[in-house]
Amino acid sequence: MNRLENQQAGKEGMGIQVKERLLNGIVKENPTFVLMLGMCPTLAVTTSAINGLGMGLTTMVVLALSNVFISLLRNIIPDKVRIPAFIVIIASFVTVVELLLQGFIPFLYDALGIYIPLIVVNCIILGRAEAYAYKNPVIPSLFDGIGMGLGFSVALTCIGAVRELIGAGEIFGIHVMPESYVPVSIFIMAPGAFFVLALLTAIQNKVKINGEKKGKDMSKIQSGCGSDCMNCAESGCSRRLVEQKVKEDKNNA
Amino acid sequence: MLKELLVILVSSSLVNNVVLSQFLGLCPFLGVSKKTNTAAGMGAAVIFVITLASAVAGAIYKFILVPFDITYLQTIVFILVIAALVQFVEMFLKKFMPALYQALGVYLPLITTNCAVLGVALTNVQKNYGILTGVVNGFATAAGFTISIVILAGIREKMAYNDIPESFKGMPIVLVTAGLMAIAFCGFSGLL
Repeated sequence: MNRLENQQAGKEGMGIQVKERLLNGIVKENPTFVLMLGMCPTLAVTTSAINGLGMGLTTMVVLALSNVFISLLRNIIPDKVRIPAFIVIIASFVTVVELLLQGFIPFLYDALGIYIPLIVVNCIILGRAEAYAYKNPVIPSLFDGIGMGLGFSVALTCIGAVRELIGAGEIFGIHVMPESYVPVSIFIMAPGAFFVLALLTAIQNKVKINGEKKGKDMSKIQSGCGSDCMNCAESGCSRRLVEQKVKEDKNNA
Repeated sequence: MLKELLVILVSSSLVNNVVLSQFLGLCPFLGVSKKTNTAAGMGAAVIFVITLASAVAGAIYKFILVPFDITYLQTIVFILVIAALVQFVEMFLKKFMPALYQALGVYLPLITTNCAVLGVALTNVQKNYGILTGVVNGFATAAGFTISIVILAGIREKMAYNDIPESFKGMPIVLVTAGLMAIAFCGFSGLL
């Protein structure tokens, strides 16, 4: 009887943890809108909503798989060679996913092109491996990966939809603007990506400034790898996350 | 042959600029572009590493991956080769060319995870370039990176004295500048 209760409590605890991880990835620490990680693919593939969604889901699969695998191996991988080990694991999963896409969803494979193998160097994946999966059990790591991946997908789809709407008058390939609308095609070309991201970071800045005026803690909101690149590249953007984590741990202790 | 190489040189450095039209290597492009001389140093380091990496990756692809029929491992092999290469270059320069190490040393570790390096190696394979063509493509891509980062740094130096709306301070205004530069670089597509 007692054991059963314990089990139930454990299950409930797990449920809460899973929900917390998913929400954390999609809203609280959204990799694109809040942490500003992985900007290369964000800019390159969001020429339409469907491409953004495809890239987001592809990244999510890789992220969830690599998180699970790294979490399983977290006690075996020596601390000193963990970054190369993470990279090999991530690269293997990226190769698997690339071959699957080539075989089963060829139109997406053609649209995303070289940006599929480049998922390997996406800071989100290495960042989550280092900041979460390497220190936590398998199930939370899996849902951390899925949450972060969903957050990334939502962000890419939104950006893609906005660019497609302004640049072609369509969303998911369906014409929505009135006939008289003249598409501003620069928005689906390279410069448009920069302008959209500029607006996004400006909005983020605004939120941050307003929040700080009200005395809230806004240290989580980052203005991109760009602002502290010297730290970021040393371990693929993840060091920033690690330092933050270490600080949190210290505060807790 | 020579004509083909020239076309690659122009197209990779200007027309299909690695940062402004392919979005590779955005991190250093935005992060190390505050001053012109550091931007030039970063550019030089990138030229050095990418040219070398495309030669090594091309050779490994041709002499190891293709004969053993394991080309599907290219992503894993390339990323490991690039990481090892950067470490090796750093050690080599430290030991034998201290002056060059002084100039480029700080930028080298930054390049390991730069997606432009992996991007060039993969593009070379995708477009079926030989080793020589691949090296030229790598050099041209890196030169394009250097051109754009130095221009951006020049603009940012001037911009430091301007009055910018509060929410656009920092990253947003740099991204707007990059967008305008991307429009300007679109003009090069008439060259080919």
